[in-house]
Amino acid sequence: MKPVRDIQAGPTGGGAKSGIDPPGAEQAPAPNPQSAFRIPHSAIPGSPIRIPHSAVRNRTRRGRGFWRKAISYTILASLAAAFLFPVAWSLTASVKRLDEVYRFPPSLTVSEPQWSNYPRAVSRLPFLRFMLNTVLICVPAVAGQVLTASLAGYAFARLRWRGREVWFIVLLATMMLPGQILLIPHFLMYKSLGWVNTYKPLIVPAWLGGGAFFIFLFRQFFKGIPQGLEEAARIDGASDWQIYWRIFLPNAKPVLATVGVMSFIAHWKEFMAPLIYLSDFEKYPISLGLYMYNSLEGSWVNLLMAASVVALGPLVVLFFVAQRYFVRGMLLTGTKG
Amino acid sequence: MTPRQNTIGYLFAAPWLVGLLGFTLFPIVVSLLLSFCQWSGINLEFYRPGRKVAPDEEGKYIRWVGTANYRRALGGLADGAKEDFRPPRRSASGAGAARADVPPDKNVWTALKNTAYYSFLAVPLGLCVALATAMLLNQQLRGIGLFRTVFYMPHILGGVATIMMWMWVFNPTYGLFNAMLRAAARAPQQLGLLGASWQPPDWLYGQTWSKPALVIMSLWGTGAAMLIFLAALQNVPEQLYEAARVDGAGRWRQFRHVTLPQITPALFFNLVMGIIGSFQVFDTAYIMTGGEGGVNKSLLFYVLYIYQKAFHDFEFGYASALAWVLFAVILAFTLLLVRSSRWWVYYEGERR
Repeated sequence: MKPVRDIQAGPTGGGAKSGIDPPGAEQAPAPNPQSAFRIPHSAIPGSPIRIPHSAVRNRTRRGRGFWRKAISYTILASLAAAFLFPVAWSLTASVKRLDEVYRFPPSLTVSEPQWSNYPRAVSRLPFLRFMLNTVLICVPAVAGQVLTASLAGYAFARLRWRGREVWFIVLLATMMLPGQILLIPHFLMYKSLGWVNTYKPLIVPAWLGGGAFFIFLFRQFFKGIPQGLEEAARIDGASDWQIYWRIFLPNAKPVLATVGVMSFIAHWKEFMAPLIYLSDFEKYPISLGLYMYNSLEGSWVNLLMAASVVALGPLVVLFFVAQRYFVRGMLLTGTKG
Repeated sequence: MTPRQNTIGYLFAAPWLVGLLGFTLFPIVVSLLLSFCQWSGINLEFYRPGRKVAPDEEGKYIRWVGTANYRRALGGLADGAKEDFRPPRRSASGAGAARADVPPDKNVWTALKNTAYYSFLAVPLGLCVALATAMLLNQQLRGIGLFRTVFYMPHILGGVATIMMWMWVFNPTYGLFNAMLRAAARAPQQLGLLGASWQPPDWLYGQTWSKPALVIMSLWGTGAAMLIFLAALQNVPEQLYEAARVDGAGRWRQFRHVTLPQITPALFFNLVMGIIGSFQVFDTAYIMTGGEGGVNKSLLFYVLYIYQKAFHDFEFGYASALAWVLFAVILAFTLLLVRSSRWWVYYEGERR
């Protein structure tokens, strides 16, 4: 008696390279057979979906699967609608005329889409300048975070050096530390270094280890790479740097993608640090720029929404491009301690 | 371990070590010392009692004030709590705050209360939403990947732009949320269950509904927790369900006695992360209230208050002390959870 399996359940957990999947790496999209097995038990008394006894007897598995699926899809679709509606609401507002935005009662429909809202919103403030600034902050910060976190992760995973275990405990301890404690000393340090109103406070810390969490992620992944690869390279006369650069990094694409995307998103959204350190309007990243847009011209809701949509655009694109690796790498963060 | 290996190890870890010493450990010491000082951050000079300084200039020099900052914060905490709860047994004279030589700062209590209110509502509800969506997504259905993306996406988006969107959603007059509430209220109004003058909440424009609005918004971004639950659900061994079914367990009992115990590690992880994260809310509160803290300080969250004290009032010493109080609160909750975990978190290894 074989339960109906869905076609979608392909081996999506693929992409694992040369058996170096760390624990939990392939869990996210991997199909699990158990849900298909569970189908018949929707008919057990006390279950949320009750089917009359006689019906159970006569119904084929396929038929019951159909009802279950229908219910699942209904719930999923309504939940998805609930998740999407704020976005949909903002999207419609972004192409409305201003008088239509402020019409009572509000409605989701747009009488005449005003596509010109987008160029208007973008030209209203030095919006493109803000976007460029954000990129100027994000790119070096992400590069530093990925590079130095992977270096430290490699040191913790594969190198033997005195005090490694102690330093590792220190690393874990710093994860518990709330950033607010460092807020004021950092400000004072950067102020005395003359870094206030430059991008240095936003970029330089990323080049110094890139955060305990990312180091931990790299360490977990590097630990799972087989010893054989490393030994073969060593016999060929490769140095430690070459082993790290030529063997470990190219094999760590899921973590690289995960850390890269997470770091990029975090820096793109960063609000507090620019708020504290940047005072010149022309240096603002998009987050501060949008905030200022709201406080200056917040009543132009349609333009504000258009600007918000544009600001979110790169994140959405990045997410879809990196999603395959990203979701797998994200799971590394939660499953294994 | 040869000296050469040692050097290489330290070289690889060097960027992190520099960051640790210069940008973490050193600032921690500075922060701790500052929390016992009074200083506006202007003159990097120590205050000497003998020297002639105009009285209003005193705060500009670093001045050791002992535990005054902490007494101010904790005294305010105690006073605020007393006003709210009015403990009948103890009279006010017995409390330490009454004897304090520094005026207690009741805003600390307001900020901590707001933060706890938000945290204790947003975290459990968020876990429920995340678990429910994860269970829905843990099915073999065509197009399930699309739904996963939809539920996970808001977590990626976040930031100022989405906060702008939500502010517009919550607009009391023109927002979508109240439009839907008005539509939903029409039937009860016609039946007379609801007065004709009933108005939907004013959300961010009032003090009662501003925090629930933020909670609703936070539910939207539970994608990270959902993903972790999803992974945990997929790790539950199928044999356990089969065994439960043989014993005649229904779906609820399977969930209660198989699924739930098996995913407690994920639940624990999400709970700890959720508490830590929600105690540090800043962006939303700052952006929605323009840094002010909202109507009647209803959105004055703790980190926002630290920010105000540090970068508006330039009380660097006091703000440092506030940060350490926050650290103590977060640490206490985390330890409490870790301690309790042995009663309710199930770890695979223990069985063997």
